[in-house]
Amino acid sequence: MNRVQTQDFCVADEYARLADNPACGAVVTFVGKVRDFGDNQGVTNMVLEHYPGMTEAVLTQIEQEARQRWPLDEVTIIHRVGPLSLSDQIVFIGVSSAHRKAAFAAGEYLIDFLKTRAPFWKKEQTDAEAHWVEAKDSDQQAAEMWHEE
Amino acid sequence: MIKVLFFAQVREVIGVDQIELEYQHCMTTNSLRTFLAAQGDKWEQALGTDNLLVAVNQTLSQWQVELEDGDEVAFFPPVTGG
Repeated sequence: MNRVQTQDFCVADEYARLADNPACGAVVTFVGKVRDFGDNQGVTNMVLEHYPGMTEAVLTQIEQEARQRWPLDEVTIIHRVGPLSLSDQIVFIGVSSAHRKAAFAAGEYLIDFLKTRAPFWKKEQTDAEAHWVEAKDSDQQAAEMWHEE
Repeated sequence: MIKVLFFAQVREVIGVDQIELEYQHCMTTNSLRTFLAAQGDKWEQALGTDNLLVAVNQTLSQWQVELEDGDEVAFFPPVTGG
């Protein structure tokens, strides 16, 4: 189940939900956090904006694509929006499957496509100024790698 | 009517988050963008850039797509979530 929310999430609770299945042999989770250097040094907080409606649709779509590529049991994508502080959790990706290779690959696939297709935008704040984060070519290349396989 | 939404830098530069326009026959994503970019310096700055994406009815789209009456079109910069 995928969620876009302002409130924080608890990794232990999400893990328990992903793992609660006797057929599940592997659980892979990823958490993205606010760090102190983004495009600039000294980031203290950020604001995350999104496109309500389209965001949820894209998350559902990339989940379905992952399910077509790998045999997955549970998939959870959580992305926070609104104001966030240094070290806060931003995004959670969790995947359970009978097999570890499928779980690892699907987790990476989901975050790669979330980063390039889901309509979220970060505005970082330092002591001096606020600026919108630039999209990175390396993220685009990571997503394109999946099309070449 | 066409509903037009703006996000992130685009919204901030223009100073508006959404507008509604009369639908025009043969309107495309690109002609809508060109029309809006001609509305003043801020509009040109926000929409004249190469670094712009467009979505039609909440799906990423291309620049020569024909619009239909009632469509929701959104202009925004490359996404930076995750």
